[in-house]
Amino acid sequence: MKSKYDNEMELEFLSKSNNEAFARITVAAFAAQLDPTIEELADIKTAVSEAVTNCIIHGYENTEGLIKIKATLLKNEIEIEISDSGKGIEDIELARKPLYTTKGNLERSGMGFTIMESFMDEVTINSVVDIGTKVTMKKRIKKQENAEENEEKNALIN
Amino acid sequence: MNSKFDKKDNVLYLEITEEIDHHTTEKIRRVMDNEITRFMPRKIVFDFSNVSFMDSAGIGLLIGRYKLIKLLGGTAEIINANKIISKVLEMSGILKIIPIQNEENVS
Repeated sequence: MKSKYDNEMELEFLSKSNNEAFARITVAAFAAQLDPTIEELADIKTAVSEAVTNCIIHGYENTEGLIKIKATLLKNEIEIEISDSGKGIEDIELARKPLYTTKGNLERSGMGFTIMESFMDEVTINSVVDIGTKVTMKKRIKKQENAEENEEKNALIN
Repeated sequence: MNSKFDKKDNVLYLEITEEIDHHTTEKIRRVMDNEITRFMPRKIVFDFSNVSFMDSAGIGLLIGRYKLIKLLGGTAEIINANKIISKVLEMSGILKIIPIQNEENVS
């Protein structure tokens, strides 16, 4: 099998809240291959944390289920798919609205999708009620001038 | 979580010492509410020196504690938030009610 991506990985884990840190750290470690800045890496970690938390709280409503993450790298872009087989979202437009939350009693801020959208370059939500939800996010990692310079330097030295 | 109560100025410092997400907020919330109701301060200061990660769960946490201190007639401030934490704070609009202070200016 020849992948059309430079690299890809898949991860599946139970919808337990202590997997939120596991998921964001794992995806960040994978994304590190693109040589992102600390800030870009933090953006990815935060967006993954939001999406995984949504699966746990909203998709599965704190019952046990499986969360799947698929990440691919192509050139300078990472694409991350995070999906659950939970209850689905009835009104995606409403769910995307800043400050909108169905779980106000749990002190949720309603900022999850807003953070994903502003920290990533592209966010797509696919959801079917009672089937599940899939969030697909893309981020392009800007080429760092310093990294280029270093490469040139190394090439000269070798 | 570490907390320090400045009796003279009636200020409660709440130093968070872990990553803040949906998983960790429950425990942090419990400890904070316990300290706030115990000391009844006129101001709470959230110290972010030892926080390397925060997602929107942290915003919910801060808003909740703000509501509590407001009920008690007090105010809230944030100190020592790094660039990455500040980005989430700024985006949320929460700084309008819980401003960031330079450490020197904290009374």
